[in-house]
Amino acid sequence: MSQTTFYILLIVVLLAALLTMAAGLIFLERRLLALWQERYGPNRVGPFGLLQVLADIIKLLTKEDWVPRFADRPVFVIAPAIILVATMLSFAVVPFAPGLCVADLNIGLLFFLAMSSLSVYAVALAGWSSNNKYALLGSMRAIGQMVSYEVFMGLSLMGVVAMTGSFRLSDIVAAQERMWFVFPQFAGFAIFFIAGLAETRRLPFDLPEAENELVAGYHTEYSGMKFALFFLGEYVGITLISALIVTLFFGGWYGPWLPPVAWFIIKTLIFISSFILLRGSLLRPRYDQLMAFGWKIMLPLSLVNLAAAGAAVLLKDH
Amino acid sequence: MTVAESDIQQELSAQLGLPAPLAQATADGVATCWISAEQLRPALRWLKNECSGAFSMLYDLTGIDERLRAGAKPGPARDFAVVYHLLSVERNADVRLKVPLSGEFPSLPSVADIFPNADWYERELWDMFGITPTGHPNLRRILSPPWWQGHPLRKEHYARATERPAFHLNDQIQANLESELEFRPEEWGLKRRGDDFDFMFLNVGPHHPGTHGLLRLILQLRGQEITDAVCDIGFHHRGAEKMGERQTWHTYIPYTDRVDYLSGVANNLPYVLSVEALAGIEIPPRAQVIRVMMTELYRIISHLVFYGTFSQDLGQMSPVFYMFNDREKALDIAEAITGGRMHPSWFRIGGVAMDLPEGWQAMVREFIKYLPKRLKDYDTVVLHNRIFQGRTRGVGAFSVEQALEWGATGPMLRSAGLAWDMRKARPYSGYEQFAFDIPIGQSGDCYDRAVVHVEEMRQSLRIIEQCMQNMPAGEYKSRHPLTCPPLKEHTMQDIETLINHFLGTTWGPVIPAGEANVHTEGPKGMYSYYLTSDGSTNSYRTRIRSASFPHIQMVPMLSRGMTVSDLVAILGSVDFVLADVDR
Repeated sequence: MSQTTFYILLIVVLLAALLTMAAGLIFLERRLLALWQERYGPNRVGPFGLLQVLADIIKLLTKEDWVPRFADRPVFVIAPAIILVATMLSFAVVPFAPGLCVADLNIGLLFFLAMSSLSVYAVALAGWSSNNKYALLGSMRAIGQMVSYEVFMGLSLMGVVAMTGSFRLSDIVAAQERMWFVFPQFAGFAIFFIAGLAETRRLPFDLPEAENELVAGYHTEYSGMKFALFFLGEYVGITLISALIVTLFFGGWYGPWLPPVAWFIIKTLIFISSFILLRGSLLRPRYDQLMAFGWKIMLPLSLVNLAAAGAAVLLKDH
Repeated sequence: MTVAESDIQQELSAQLGLPAPLAQATADGVATCWISAEQLRPALRWLKNECSGAFSMLYDLTGIDERLRAGAKPGPARDFAVVYHLLSVERNADVRLKVPLSGEFPSLPSVADIFPNADWYERELWDMFGITPTGHPNLRRILSPPWWQGHPLRKEHYARATERPAFHLNDQIQANLESELEFRPEEWGLKRRGDDFDFMFLNVGPHHPGTHGLLRLILQLRGQEITDAVCDIGFHHRGAEKMGERQTWHTYIPYTDRVDYLSGVANNLPYVLSVEALAGIEIPPRAQVIRVMMTELYRIISHLVFYGTFSQDLGQMSPVFYMFNDREKALDIAEAITGGRMHPSWFRIGGVAMDLPEGWQAMVREFIKYLPKRLKDYDTVVLHNRIFQGRTRGVGAFSVEQALEWGATGPMLRSAGLAWDMRKARPYSGYEQFAFDIPIGQSGDCYDRAVVHVEEMRQSLRIIEQCMQNMPAGEYKSRHPLTCPPLKEHTMQDIETLINHFLGTTWGPVIPAGEANVHTEGPKGMYSYYLTSDGSTNSYRTRIRSASFPHIQMVPMLSRGMTVSDLVAILGSVDFVLADVDR
């Protein structure tokens, strides 16, 4: 098999796996939340309600493709595509196993940060083009939140980069053969985890949606498949952040007995479930509290963490 | 109590420089004075600000269309009467001022500048009776839609839609209706522009996840800050008071359930108590204790909904499911005892519908054991949660003075720090026999309101336990002839009882002429029914004083200077039911 065929195959498999994963996650989340909330969740369609997602997809696909007449049509249509494309592209640099990576860029980590910045545009444009006050308020919150939390997200990763000496994700995983980075870089992990939650706009950071306040925030005016794209983007985003946590802090594919890919998937699923558990247990802070938490606690903490990691690397070198 | 009342009548007549006989006797023993429209404002001002033990709360303000009232009307000649019901916490006494008015569409001076909560009550007065409070800052319809013709509580207004020509909605009418809903800030005295910026007006509701029903709020925003807010209510108005004039005394009970639809029999209680006060019915002890037990059970049911939805308003997904499961357990008990769940309509004039079923103690005992553990868990999950405290502490706070001035009662008033509970202040239905505490807050903010609600559930459990352990034997219904439906025991033995039974179950009882208003402490505040009887099988005027109406009137005041997120916290913590606001 030539290298080109391999990569094309890998991309196709990855895309299919990601979209299935996102759909599966919707089911998983609904069942897990139901389990924790003393109820059943979807259990009527198919065995264990597994086909519920399929039914939902069919419903969404057959809905009228409707754009409000007051909306800015081209931007309104493009916005949901951006979010899905940006998060899916980030997967290009994630190594699932040795040699199993679409594009093992030497600036892999920077590529991920760039893509995650792009997804801010989707939310901003969706809110703006909807021409709806709730959507506008939601996207204003989203922009503030995502731009602020991106700062510490980037900073929190620099400790890992300093210790590895590379932005390439496969190098970072390889550097964790002896010890996962979560131990020397626990603060980095904690900050990245929180910033990752904020980037995916999940509870407790779902202020841009805040259904009790803003109806549905930035995607208030969306319906049908365009709404589904936002939804998919959110779940692919959760998968992405979980995959990156595993790659950067939990030794990626390393683990005994099982094949590397299996370890990668298991670890990722654990983090996805923890995202869901958090959603089931926490509540939403107010916007100013969120900002204060970010700039007054997270930023100094990530700076201290970076300085400490730098000092440690310098000491080791001398 | 009666001593203080006759005092206030004398003080008032001395103050107003009037000859003494302006008093009227009522079945509930509340001091009732007739005063003229000119004397109204000085009297209210004196009662609120100057007299010792000030009457600082305007508890209720309403009208009566007296034109068709049968029999002798006590008091001066009149077509309409406007009733001001004031409450003094210091004296633990009420005073009722009545203003006689004559003419088709009379007017009287507005008192909205003396009592801030008179604003909405006077709008309601105009909307329902066509009585104009002159000098009102913004007189417009409040419960009926702006395009409504006529004033529904006037006697000439029809009570059922079948009494009027058929209504057809054409495009023209629809266009008009839609344009009526358009918000024009100027009409509400709001500016569109600030010094060098434009305000944004955000329409919240009537369909919005944060409003818990059909409530419309219009926010004047500067960025995320609410600079002012306007409440638009009436979407849930069903004319419950008008129905009271058509139903018999007995058949009106199911309508009361639907006023505060979360607290079931707690709505029946003030109604039957007022009817019993009019009829002079003594309730047997067993019926009283059953009533107390069921009312407290429904207090818990209502508070669990409050607790769950409040935390959900702040973005917490799970507690509402846990609490609805607990509520389900309580509703199971209610179902076993009453046969109903949300709307049991189970209290009767003179007692309750039937005796307790076999095995009720086991169910109640299990629930009393079950709930405290769960409440403790919820303390950890909700009340002690740092984010929860951050969202609720210092948000929507008010002082005791403000609470009284705005007519806040129940947990709203107690959260500000005043231990005012009708069950203690003026025990009814035998509450004086039970040991329980009145939980209070300190700052009147959203957090304190949640804490007070939670603590009240624990106290209600205490009361239920005492009811269970000390349930007296005896009858569940009074032997008074006006009890409805009457006990059947002697019907087959003597003709008098048979006739009485026959009339009581067909026409319904004829309640003696008079007026009564018995306060109760409902889950959301003070509930009472101000009933006027002209000696007939149905009420001449049924006034529902609901707790939610003044509470929701406070929301604009509480939300000024807050953010949109805080507004949701405030709405969640105020604990209102739109059916209770609009009736």
